[in-house]
Amino acid sequence: MAEQYPILVLLVLLFGALLVGLSGMADRRVCFPLTVTALGLAVAVSIGILQRVMDGGVIRYFVGGWSRPVGIGIELRIDTINALVLLTVTTVGLLTAIFSFRRVRDDKTEKTPLFYVLYLLLIMGLSGMVITGDAFNLYVLLEVSSLTSYALIAMGKSKRAATAAFSYIIMGTIGASFYLLGVGYLYLRTGTLNMMEIHQAILALDGPSSTIVVAFVLIIVGLMIKMAFFPLFGWLPNAYSYCPSSTSCVVAPLMTKVGVYVMVRMMLTVFGTEWVFSNLQYTQWLVGMAVVAILAGSVMALAQVELKKMFCYLIVAEVGYMVGGAWMANHWGMVGTIYHIMGDAFMTLCMFLAAGIFLKQAGVVRIDQLDGMFRKMPWTMAGFVVGALAMIGIPPTCGFFSKLYLIRGGMESGHWFYVGALLISSLVNAVLFFRIFEIAYFGKNPAEGHAAHHEEPSVQPVIKEAHPSSLIPLYLTAAIILLLGLFNGQIVELIEHSLNGVQVIGTEILVEKGGQG
Amino acid sequence: MSVMGSFIISQYVLDHFNFWVAVILMMIGLYAMITKNNLIKKLIGMSIFQTAIILFYVSAGVKEGATIPILEHHAAETEQVAAGDAGAEHGSVVGADHDVSKSSEKAPAHEVHEINPDDYSNPLPHVLMLTAIVVGVATLGVALAVAQVIYKNYGTLEEDEILAKIKAAENDG
Amino acid sequence: MKWIGLIAVIFTGGLLLSAMDDFPNWGDAHSPANSSPVSQYYIEQTMTDSGVPNMVTAVLADYRGYDTMFETVVVLIAGIAIMAILRVAKQVPGGAKPTPAHEVGDQHDIIIGTTCRLLIPVLQLFALYVIAHGHHSPGGGFQGGVILGASFILAAIAKGLDPALQRLPEKRYVKLAFVGVVIYVSFGVACLILGENFLDYGVLHELLPTMSAEEARSHSMLGVEIGVAFTVSMIMFAIYANLASKGELEGGL
Repeated sequence: MAEQYPILVLLVLLFGALLVGLSGMADRRVCFPLTVTALGLAVAVSIGILQRVMDGGVIRYFVGGWSRPVGIGIELRIDTINALVLLTVTTVGLLTAIFSFRRVRDDKTEKTPLFYVLYLLLIMGLSGMVITGDAFNLYVLLEVSSLTSYALIAMGKSKRAATAAFSYIIMGTIGASFYLLGVGYLYLRTGTLNMMEIHQAILALDGPSSTIVVAFVLIIVGLMIKMAFFPLFGWLPNAYSYCPSSTSCVVAPLMTKVGVYVMVRMMLTVFGTEWVFSNLQYTQWLVGMAVVAILAGSVMALAQVELKKMFCYLIVAEVGYMVGGAWMANHWGMVGTIYHIMGDAFMTLCMFLAAGIFLKQAGVVRIDQLDGMFRKMPWTMAGFVVGALAMIGIPPTCGFFSKLYLIRGGMESGHWFYVGALLISSLVNAVLFFRIFEIAYFGKNPAEGHAAHHEEPSVQPVIKEAHPSSLIPLYLTAAIILLLGLFNGQIVELIEHSLNGVQVIGTEILVEKGGQG
Repeated sequence: MSVMGSFIISQYVLDHFNFWVAVILMMIGLYAMITKNNLIKKLIGMSIFQTAIILFYVSAGVKEGATIPILEHHAAETEQVAAGDAGAEHGSVVGADHDVSKSSEKAPAHEVHEINPDDYSNPLPHVLMLTAIVVGVATLGVALAVAQVIYKNYGTLEEDEILAKIKAAENDG
Repeated sequence: MKWIGLIAVIFTGGLLLSAMDDFPNWGDAHSPANSSPVSQYYIEQTMTDSGVPNMVTAVLADYRGYDTMFETVVVLIAGIAIMAILRVAKQVPGGAKPTPAHEVGDQHDIIIGTTCRLLIPVLQLFALYVIAHGHHSPGGGFQGGVILGASFILAAIAKGLDPALQRLPEKRYVKLAFVGVVIYVSFGVACLILGENFLDYGVLHELLPTMSAEEARSHSMLGVEIGVAFTVSMIMFAIYANLASKGELEGGL
């Protein structure tokens, strides 16, 4: 049974979705327990996978048993990086599912089964993207996750949800099509779709090949649209802020992070770091763009008055962190990026969970409406504070350690602008969140008094503390943020294990290259 | 000079005309997706873009003089030849469907030498594009549904008019 | 905007074309893609592995069956997504009939009605043929499923959505769409239970003593294609029904 774990993660979720669809139409009450059960099992299996990877090294699973010439079938390939990201994806899925308990019951009773089917399939698509070892299979699962997220966003009640979803569809399709074209270019030159086989074929090529270069550009640009990297982020803020809370809680932490993960996987496994960092002279440019992304995201976050919009621009900045870290051609940069994929998923989840609770309990949309929240909803604020401290980068949380690794990478490879941007962005985060604390602790700013004036009589009396089904995921997320921070050494060890053992490059090559650049 | 020119044309264009066509179509689609004001025209562009990618893949799997990647007819012919040699009685049932499973049991022994990969076009791009077609249809369907909701909300499918209405609504509220 | 778009498009096109000199020529049988071991394997070994002459079907449903499973899921998602986005509850029956205009329009032309009545059974039979004959000729679950779905859509166009929905109510088509994926996955899970990897149809011959592993593969592919056809045909109809009636499932075009 244990050797079937890779497929079981997906099957559990798929069967959950099918069961929800078939039985949910008859009785809507079964949807929630079924969803949580399926996701709970998926988390359990992901833990099992992590255990197995830690004990026995890379798992290679050949679907259909087609392993003789590698590449005729589809291979699922899991090393410690996949296993950690997979665990992140399923855990975020589970936490948000628990959170959705009341929200979906209140929002869309008619469409509850449809929501949960799409939700489970979204998590399945993302998990599948993480564990697959086949470039084309990744495209199919990318579309599974994209289509479900389009639908989940378009389900929003806000009038603008549909327009946001439409521009997301257009941008998402361009991104996915670029990825598909890139895979096509790779296939033309290498004749295989299996990631490891592509890598071998690229290594075996004599001389530089423009096809591979173009394929690389296409794939990276496509993924950058998907992960909302700086100039291509236009679709993200609207899409993530006009959808229902339970949707934004799963889409915002996961979609961009999995995009970053896929980019890292492409760099490490498909093209290989040697090829990526030696044949291409443009890595410096990408770090430069990441710097711009970080600064632009932070500045635009400062300008926002709506809570969710502000978080969305922070995501743009965080994507900048990760892209910059991955392209520094430095060991610690890469480690920091992968660690940050996990950490940022939970930090973003924490932010959006809190925003969802505020919206639900107090109708808070704008930041200035948060006044006096420490008094009115102390429990929610407690969870929110942990997430906010992690976003700023205060020591015991994971946000501090990922920034530490990224800065170390930036310093070792001499990307001082990147280090500076990271520090400025942390400062901006501090300003942003302490402004929120101030408003929430001391009451509203006098200057913004008249904006909140209309809501006051109607909103004030009904504010009460959130339901346990909302608080439990928030606290679990906060706990995970702290745990990720406390056990950062072990996690980094795991990440390094895959970086050194499996890839063609070792630590020293990366550091050397970084030293020169 | 003209020799050089025709050499370049033949090397860059004629030998790769399929890719040129695919890329030009792709760019038409992409242009429509980016610049068209009407949402349905954007979707038409999306379809053109995706179809051009399909063309790109499938044309990459073409082999000059090869047939579609279905073995039956050739298998049956080779079977006939083989049957003539070996004196087997399968030769008389060319094209009869009900017998295929039977002949296929026999086939491998003969066919190991008979099948020349150059005679069949590459099946893999076809399979991949079947997937891409399905994905394209699914995306288009969802996009049309979203466009319908937009039309219900705003009464128009022109992007600038929608943006103007959003702005007006924001100023009101 | 137009200029930015044009520049972006020209830039992208230039990028795509810049690799052209590195590309294989048109119809080159020895290009890396066409002469790779993977492609050779499919052409040479399909007969030995499963006895299915149509390589595309074999690759689709067997070698890369995992992709195809998710492809079916994509179709399912499209249908569910459209329902989730568009579907609105029916008007209260007590109220005034919401769409009287359609009642007038429903008196359809007798020629169209008769033609469709004759055509639809033929279409459906042909769809079944395409599904079942996917092993030997171009065809299979997706193609046949679309034709089957088209026959329902034709009925809905010709007679109006309401009569078509009486034959195929919403509950039923949604259920059948899910059942299609269930069929597909259960073939894979059966392999899992028998101790092999997911979708390794070869072991299914243990279920029927008279079957060889090759036959098991071939028959499983057919079974899987039938599952695909269920989902595709039902979702095609679901997409039409929802889009044509703005999610009200009444009246139609």
